[in-house]
Amino acid sequence: MLKVKNLHVNFGGIKAVKGISFTVDKGSIVSLIGANGAGKSTTLRTIAGIIKASKGDIEFEGNSILNNDTSKIVKSGITLCPEGRRVFPDMSVIDNLKIGAYLRKDSITDDINKIYEMFPILKHRSWQLAGTLSGGEQQMLAVARSLMAKPKLMMLDEPSLGLAPLVVNNIFDIIKEINQTGVTILLVEQNANKALKIANKAYVIETGEIVMEGTGKELLNNEKVKSAYLGKTK
Amino acid sequence: MQYFLEQCLIGISIGGAYALIAIGYTLVYGILRLINFAHGDIFMVAGYIMIFTTANFPIYISIPITIIATCILGVVIEKVAYKPLRTAPRMSIMISAIGVSYFLQNFATYLFTALPSNYPPIYFLKKQIHIGYLKTNMADILTPIITILLVLILIWILKHTKIGLSMRAVSRDYEAASLMGIKINNTISYTFAIGSILAAVGSILYFTNRASVFPYSGSMPGLKCFVAAVFGGIGSIPGALIGGFFIGLCETLIKAVGYSTFSDAFTFVILIIVLLLRPTGLFGEKIIDKV
Repeated sequence: MLKVKNLHVNFGGIKAVKGISFTVDKGSIVSLIGANGAGKSTTLRTIAGIIKASKGDIEFEGNSILNNDTSKIVKSGITLCPEGRRVFPDMSVIDNLKIGAYLRKDSITDDINKIYEMFPILKHRSWQLAGTLSGGEQQMLAVARSLMAKPKLMMLDEPSLGLAPLVVNNIFDIIKEINQTGVTILLVEQNANKALKIANKAYVIETGEIVMEGTGKELLNNEKVKSAYLGKTK
Repeated sequence: MQYFLEQCLIGISIGGAYALIAIGYTLVYGILRLINFAHGDIFMVAGYIMIFTTANFPIYISIPITIIATCILGVVIEKVAYKPLRTAPRMSIMISAIGVSYFLQNFATYLFTALPSNYPPIYFLKKQIHIGYLKTNMADILTPIITILLVLILIWILKHTKIGLSMRAVSRDYEAASLMGIKINNTISYTFAIGSILAAVGSILYFTNRASVFPYSGSMPGLKCFVAAVFGGIGSIPGALIGGFFIGLCETLIKAVGYSTFSDAFTFVILIIVLLLRPTGLFGEKIIDKV
């Protein structure tokens, strides 16, 4: 579904991504894990068209989407749920959902109801300003907002950032649930343990390059991954 | 008492025109974080456009032409002078705005000379009206009504249309907005279009009671409306509305009691006081710093 080929990105004067290649199969969950500054977020933001790549290619459903407008990329079916949630704090929850469906021309009432079934808490808070929600609720809203665009591929950047462990579990359950409805997931996480557990396939990124790849299980049991990212000693 | 009430009506009328211009400042500031110093001069150019269109067309055609032409002017200025500086430091784009302001003034001087040109009388607006023992004209009565009507429409657009939704999103967070599929540049164009339309309407209402336009007649009202926008809290539409009415009313009343010389100074004293005591203005944006 998504093929990233030899991607190079310069960002903020440094080579943040140095020749990354990976594929995301339709219907799967793919995780990119790695330390701070490894280039994971930059990769997602380049796919979303926010940052321009300097070299390489990105293919989505057989067409190159490299350096397309973000608007065009969203239209083709890729959404990014950004790091730090980035909900619109001075808009109500329902307006946040509506703006997620900005490019859609069909009726969105059904989808809003579906979202409310999936996230009952958002229904309660429907008219509340998004800025007054708790961190966990804001993350749910950000995921829900991304979902409103009816994406084929949903990218999530650090959805567990700064959330309590219980809420993190909740978020990961929701990601699995979304995947089961047929949405392909590309996940970037520092919480390597959780990210590998739900992943069909995973890649480890270090300083802008992919250093390891495998199924989620393989990487969970890999000694190097264990010591570097899972905090387990041999 | 009669004199006082009549002056109040005049003040509210000027205030309405000020409010329409102040909203232009506030909208653009909200979305680009830019004080569009050329906005007052757009207002002046709208005056000239009106003069030339009424020379060739009847009023009911020249008013829409003026509004549309001003709207195009505002959008073109944004595309030419501000868009290329999107990623430049904010100071550069502000200096560009000041440049556009001087360009418009000098261009108008070159085309129309610095002498005041007569503003076409719109008889409908000039009509004398008596309310009880108060004498006034149609423009003074209509200005605040039109202003409030336009503000209500604007608020409705912001709340209930996709364009409004995108404007609110872009004014808060460029990157998140573009991740929703919003085209930032289009949204910015809409903002300039709306601001310029309001300036054109304000210009028609304002100059009808002034009778002449000259190349610098946009600069002082422009600055005053900027003060009005700051007073109300820049970025806030109700703030700009109230700020506009407040400045217009105070200025007229000061003139009415015989201190004409100080009326402009007073406006800027307000600016200084607001900046010292309450820099965010009456309804300034509260900054939510929650990550």
